[in-house]
Amino acid sequence: MSDTLATNIPTYPFGNAGLEPLLPDLGPDGVGRVQLPTGAQAWLFTRHEHLRELLRSADFSSDFTRPGFPLIRPIPEDMPRRPDGSLIRMDPPEHTKFRRILTPEFMIKHIRTLEPLIRQTVVDALESMRAAGQPADLVEHFALPVPSMVICHLLGVPYADHDYFQERSRILLAWSSPPEQVRDAIEEMRAYLTRLIATRRDSPGEDLISRLAAERVATGEMTEEELVGLSVLLLIAGHETTSNMIGLSTLVLLEHPEQLRQLRERPELIDDTVEELLRYLTIVRTGLTRVAVVDTEVGGHRIAAGEGVIALLSAANRDADVFPDGEEFDLHRGSHQHMAFGFGIHQCIGQPLARAELRIAMSELITRLPGLALAVAPGDVRYRDAVVFGVQRLPVTW
Amino acid sequence: MSGRLRVAVDRDACCGSGNCVRTAPEVFDQDDADGLVVLRLPEPPESEYDTVREAAYNCPAAAIEVTET
Repeated sequence: MSDTLATNIPTYPFGNAGLEPLLPDLGPDGVGRVQLPTGAQAWLFTRHEHLRELLRSADFSSDFTRPGFPLIRPIPEDMPRRPDGSLIRMDPPEHTKFRRILTPEFMIKHIRTLEPLIRQTVVDALESMRAAGQPADLVEHFALPVPSMVICHLLGVPYADHDYFQERSRILLAWSSPPEQVRDAIEEMRAYLTRLIATRRDSPGEDLISRLAAERVATGEMTEEELVGLSVLLLIAGHETTSNMIGLSTLVLLEHPEQLRQLRERPELIDDTVEELLRYLTIVRTGLTRVAVVDTEVGGHRIAAGEGVIALLSAANRDADVFPDGEEFDLHRGSHQHMAFGFGIHQCIGQPLARAELRIAMSELITRLPGLALAVAPGDVRYRDAVVFGVQRLPVTW
Repeated sequence: MSGRLRVAVDRDACCGSGNCVRTAPEVFDQDDADGLVVLRLPEPPESEYDTVREAAYNCPAAAIEVTET
C-alpha cells in the first residue's frame, strides 16, 4: 500500500456534530479501513445488513486478549488484560456460561416485577428536582440518579457510595482520560467491589451480588475474581447507558415539540418513542469491536484471521435501506430493527431493564412537568466526549 | 405466501434477549427458570405470521427458524 493511500485512511473515532454521529465517506458499500488511536488499523462496517452478518458470525471473537484485537484506545503496558467475568469480552463456551447465569435475572417477566420500584424512584427524583428549584440540571437530579439507584438496588451496592463509583465510571469512559488514569479507575472499581462482595458473603441481602456469591462462587462455578469483573461491568453498564439515554431523550423530545405534544396526548406511543430514541441516539457510538479468528467474509469483503473489525451501530441505525431519512427523529417510524443494544449473542442483556427505565422515566417526566423546557439555547448544550455518548448537563425549567 | 408457517427454536443458540417475546408474545415466551426461549405455538395462526417473521429477523442469536410448507 502506498503512503498516499495510507494517509487517506480516516482516523477513528469520528466524533459528533451536536447529536449527529459523524461518519467518513466510505463509498456506497459503507466498508473501509480506519486508523485507531493505538496506531493499529481495523475494518469498519457501517451497513445494517453487514452488521447483522458480522455480529451473528462465529468467525469473530470478542476476546480482547487475542492478537490483532482492535483496541479503541491505548492501554498501559502493565495493565492486566483479563476478561474475568466481563462477559462482553468472552466467547462461547465461556461466555455462554456467564450469560446463562444472568439471563433469568434480566428477563422481561422479572424486570416487570421491578416496575413499581422504578416508578417510585422516578417519582421521588422528580420531586427532589422540583424541590431544588429552577433552573435545575436534569442530569444531576434525574437522568443520573434514577438508573444508579435502580442498579444499586438490583446489585446490592449502597447508593450512598454513588459519588465514588460514578466518578470512576466517568474517568473510565472519557476519551480524554490518560491510559494510566483509566487503569487506576478500573483497579479502584475492582477493589471497591471486592470489598463489597466480601461484605455480602458474610451478611447476604436479597440482591444479585449476594445471590451470585452464595450460589455461584461458593459452589466453585465462578471465581471471586470473575464475580468482581462481572459486578464492575453490571454497575457501569447499568447506570451509564440509561442515564445518558434519559438526558439525551429529554433534549430530543424538547427539540421536537410537535411529536412531544402527540406523545402527551397519546401516552400509548411511549413504546414506539423509546425504540425510536434508542435508534436515533445509539449512544454506544464507538460501535462494537471484534477480531476475525479465521479467514472469512462479510458482505463479500474478505477479512483475514487476526484482522480487527468495528461494527458501527450508530451508522447501521441510520442505514437508508432500513431507516429512510434516518437522520430524522420520527416516533411513528416503528424502528424495531435497530441495533442500539447491539446484535448477536452479546446483545445487551439488560435491555428489558433499560426499556422499562426509559419508558417510565420519560412518561413521568413529561406528565408531571408539563411546562418542561430547556433553560439554555440548544446550541449551548455541551455533550460528553466519552465512549458512551450523552449530555454533560441539561439545565431545564418547568 | 399461501403456505403454512412452521416455527422452530434452538434453545442452545438462544441468548435470552427477549426480543421474540416482545415482538410475538402469543408465540414465544421465556422460561421462568432459565429465561431461554419457549415456543408456545409451533404452528402459529396466520394473524401472527408477520410478527413471527419479524421475531426471527430480529433474533440476535439466529435461534428462530421459520419455514413455509
